[in-house]
Amino acid sequence: MNYKGRMWVIGGLFGFIALVFVGRLAQLQLGSEEWTEYAARLTESRETLDAARGLMYDRHGKLLVTNRASYDILYTPRAARQGMDTAAFAALLGWERSALEAAFAKADAYASYRPSVIVRQLPADEYARISGELWRFPGVKARTRAIRSNTAGLAAQLVGSFAETSAADLEADPFYRLGDYKGKSGLEALYERELRGKKGTRYHLVDVRNNYQVPLDGGRRDSLAVPGADLTLTLDKELQAYAERLMQGKRGSIVALEPATGEVLALVSAPSYHPDLLLGPKRGANYDSLLNNPAKPLFNRAVRASYRPGSIFKMVQGLIALDEGVIQTSTRIPCDRSIIGCHGPHSYDNLTEAIVHSCNPYFHEVMRRMVQGRRASSIFDDAALGLGHWTERIQRFGFGTDLGGQLPGIRKGLVPDTTLYDKFYGRRSWAYSTIYSIAIGEGELLTTPLQIANLAAIIANRGWYRTPHAVRDVGGKGKPAGVDSLVQTGVEPERFDPVIAAMQQVVEGAGGTGWRARIPGITVCGKTGTVQNHEALEHSVFMAFAPRDTPEIAVSVYVENAGSGGSWAAPIAALLIEHYLADSLSNPEREARILAARDPFPEAP
Amino acid sequence: MSRRENIRSRLDWVTIGLVLLLAVLGWLNIGSATSGGEAVDWLTLEGKHGKQLLWIAVCAVLAFLVLNIEGEFFIRTSILSYLGMLVVLVAVLAVGKVIGGARSWFAFGSFSLQPSEFAKSTTALMLAYLLSRGDGKLRSFKTRLQAIAVVGIPAGLILLQPDAGTVLVFGGFVFALYREGLSGNVLVVAFAALVVAVATILTGAAVVQYPVIGAATGVYFLWAVLVGGGGAVIWFIIQSSLPRQRKRIRQWSLLALIGALGFSIALHTGMEKVLAPHQRDRIHVLFGIDVGNPDADYNIRHAKTAIGSGGLTGKGFLNGPMTAYAFVPEQETDFIFCTVGEEWGFLGSGAVILLYLLLLWRLIFLAERQRSHFTRVYGYGVASVLFMHVLINVGMVLGLAPVIGIPLPFFSYGGSSLMGFSVLIFILLRLDAERFTVLR
Repeated sequence: MNYKGRMWVIGGLFGFIALVFVGRLAQLQLGSEEWTEYAARLTESRETLDAARGLMYDRHGKLLVTNRASYDILYTPRAARQGMDTAAFAALLGWERSALEAAFAKADAYASYRPSVIVRQLPADEYARISGELWRFPGVKARTRAIRSNTAGLAAQLVGSFAETSAADLEADPFYRLGDYKGKSGLEALYERELRGKKGTRYHLVDVRNNYQVPLDGGRRDSLAVPGADLTLTLDKELQAYAERLMQGKRGSIVALEPATGEVLALVSAPSYHPDLLLGPKRGANYDSLLNNPAKPLFNRAVRASYRPGSIFKMVQGLIALDEGVIQTSTRIPCDRSIIGCHGPHSYDNLTEAIVHSCNPYFHEVMRRMVQGRRASSIFDDAALGLGHWTERIQRFGFGTDLGGQLPGIRKGLVPDTTLYDKFYGRRSWAYSTIYSIAIGEGELLTTPLQIANLAAIIANRGWYRTPHAVRDVGGKGKPAGVDSLVQTGVEPERFDPVIAAMQQVVEGAGGTGWRARIPGITVCGKTGTVQNHEALEHSVFMAFAPRDTPEIAVSVYVENAGSGGSWAAPIAALLIEHYLADSLSNPEREARILAARDPFPEAP
Repeated sequence: MSRRENIRSRLDWVTIGLVLLLAVLGWLNIGSATSGGEAVDWLTLEGKHGKQLLWIAVCAVLAFLVLNIEGEFFIRTSILSYLGMLVVLVAVLAVGKVIGGARSWFAFGSFSLQPSEFAKSTTALMLAYLLSRGDGKLRSFKTRLQAIAVVGIPAGLILLQPDAGTVLVFGGFVFALYREGLSGNVLVVAFAALVVAVATILTGAAVVQYPVIGAATGVYFLWAVLVGGGGAVIWFIIQSSLPRQRKRIRQWSLLALIGALGFSIALHTGMEKVLAPHQRDRIHVLFGIDVGNPDADYNIRHAKTAIGSGGLTGKGFLNGPMTAYAFVPEQETDFIFCTVGEEWGFLGSGAVILLYLLLLWRLIFLAERQRSHFTRVYGYGVASVLFMHVLINVGMVLGLAPVIGIPLPFFSYGGSSLMGFSVLIFILLRLDAERFTVLR
């Protein structure tokens, strides 16, 4: 029997299989883009090039905030499937093996083919220790990441924090990717857009271990990162450091402004903290301890704390009263202590004397004249109209406003208006007699230390101020537009004469409450204030500007629960002013006394 | 005219050209697959492609030697070389080196040799010897048994290594036997077995809710259908056939049914009890069954990705990141076809398939033009072995066959396989060149 015909069966089978293969090739290669897309996903990788964040300098170009290298350790689960020695890696990191395994599991659950951060912000020295060993662990890579470093640890609350983006940040702005950092508070947050710069992108072909191999398309689609703009702050680094030193061991704040420009020379909230505490692997624990500290170091008292202004407010009352014409410079008012208490031996002061003596009945009468100005026949309508007008004038001094909002976290304080009292007492149910305590800066009035420093600047300028701000220059383009708008209070310049004279007397006059603010050769104009509170000791407050005729600095100093304004706040202000204006220290005992002082303060003698 | 020139003029240069073309293409693709994205130095003997070039040179020398040996020598030493190979295969089980989980290699310093690559030649020679002696046909039961033994003994020894891929290649000798008169029913039965196997694997992995026993594997359902449905069909056929044929039909159909059921049960038990989980996963992945391990189909998914992303014309020579950057496993050996698919596209990979088809058809043509019975059987043996390699290898990378690691002939990196295939094919070419001088 001849089976030669079977060659056709066998040859036909070979041909059939070849046909099946070619068909399958057509299906895979010509049928759809699925495999092409999948191959691109596997072999192409986009690398984001982080832009160097802008630095911060003081007004003289001294470095305040810089970037420092740190290292994130990344782990890609898919690449690690081939032989990860978990025990050895845990030993290298100094971790418990179970903790590392938990971290791996979390990374795997997030995305098996993308790197997740296992260790965050390892400092350079620690990274140097382990970097030589990392190659032994597949899927483990290090990524350098610049973190912020506040070189001298100054102005922590003003500069603000720089921390990892939250889920909400990622959703709000597509600029950020998981693991990115951003300014979370302070100037870091306010100028985030300028500081962060522009990210660059590089496309790579990667190998199976996700190592970059060659640029994709010869790098034609790549773009470079654009560094963020540097900020030049208005702060004076020396002055800021000195102010922080003076406030060590105390609670309170210092605000120093340049009256002519509204530039913040120093801004202190005490107690403060070193901003670098909020960086690195221990950030969480440090943050918790700062947050729970009863002295509230994270709270920027200088722009956020609200206090009753007390006697300092009497100057504003006097200025507006003069301008309204309800008193003259020479107007004397009897110190009638039956309505409202007073202190000190005086009985019939003019405005200057009333400010120096802090005469309560004087300003009670002044305020009465302004509020009950006979604008309406009903006493209630009259009070409402009078207060409404008064509120407007007060607000032009910046009280009850955010002062242009150019400083981060700023609060408005409170200037009561008719709406507030209508809510409190009911419409047409209140008159001046109900609300008179605001006449002397008590009652519902609340002001911030910044507003008080700004008041010193207004008086120094005789009637106007520029919006307080902390940034002089952004990326070499000068001051951001609108950052230092000019605001007129509407009070004529000559009205300031009696007030300034009073402020000079407060410091230089015999028995003046601000005598501790005297500086030889510099005419300091100041005003003490004491803020009542539920503690035994009042808050010690002082506001001042100097020199009197060519003002270069305006300050407010708050020391909480320290006693009278003259005892602590005044000498601190004087030391600061002298440090700024003079080359030498005239009164070393004064400085020693302040530096030695610690909270809690002893009861006043 | 000298005898040597006589041989040269009668050599089949078409086959030699095809083989050489495949080897050179293989060398180029190995160079690309192992480049790691770097520039390739083609003149070096370093690296995988350099070594492959060296192997090609070695094989050219080997081919020259083989072509200068009288064909009669191969015929007369068939038994000797076959028995010698059996000894070697036993020896490798005893003293061989384990590479990739199989004790298949003899290590000589830095260089290793896989004897099973040469067992294909000796088995083909022995089979040709057996079938060309005696009555020469597969009519006698004794000859059939002998033929099964000739193929089965080396295959069994190789299975012990274990090297399932090479065992499957030995199964290819069934084509040579078929050409020599083995009943075509063998092929029909083989096809039927394939259908039953696929059904068993698919239903075996499924979970079905049964009325009484609850959730269990779907293979029980298959068996129930085989018994119930098959019985009904048989009964219907018997009823509708002529009474005098009924007994024969009943015997044969019952035998078929029991055979199918037994095969299915054996296969299912083997899948569940004998195979390692990763082997079972490989088979399941092939049938698109979710094995619950995202990496189980890693190899085959990446192989398909490499090929599929090649498109019509490919990404260009030395320009295939999937293979060059090691996304494809074993990209220079068993998965070398991925490089062809990725860099040369549908046109290039289709052309390589065509080259293999031309080679196989040429081998059938050579076998059929022999007057020598021995050479014809041997020729079909060679064609069968090459066909099985291409079938399994290309089927694997295209995701049509399970992942079984065997090389693509003349193409994959590796000295043993290249030498094995060279010996295999050049013995045939020597025998073919002598076709006019023999009178058998």
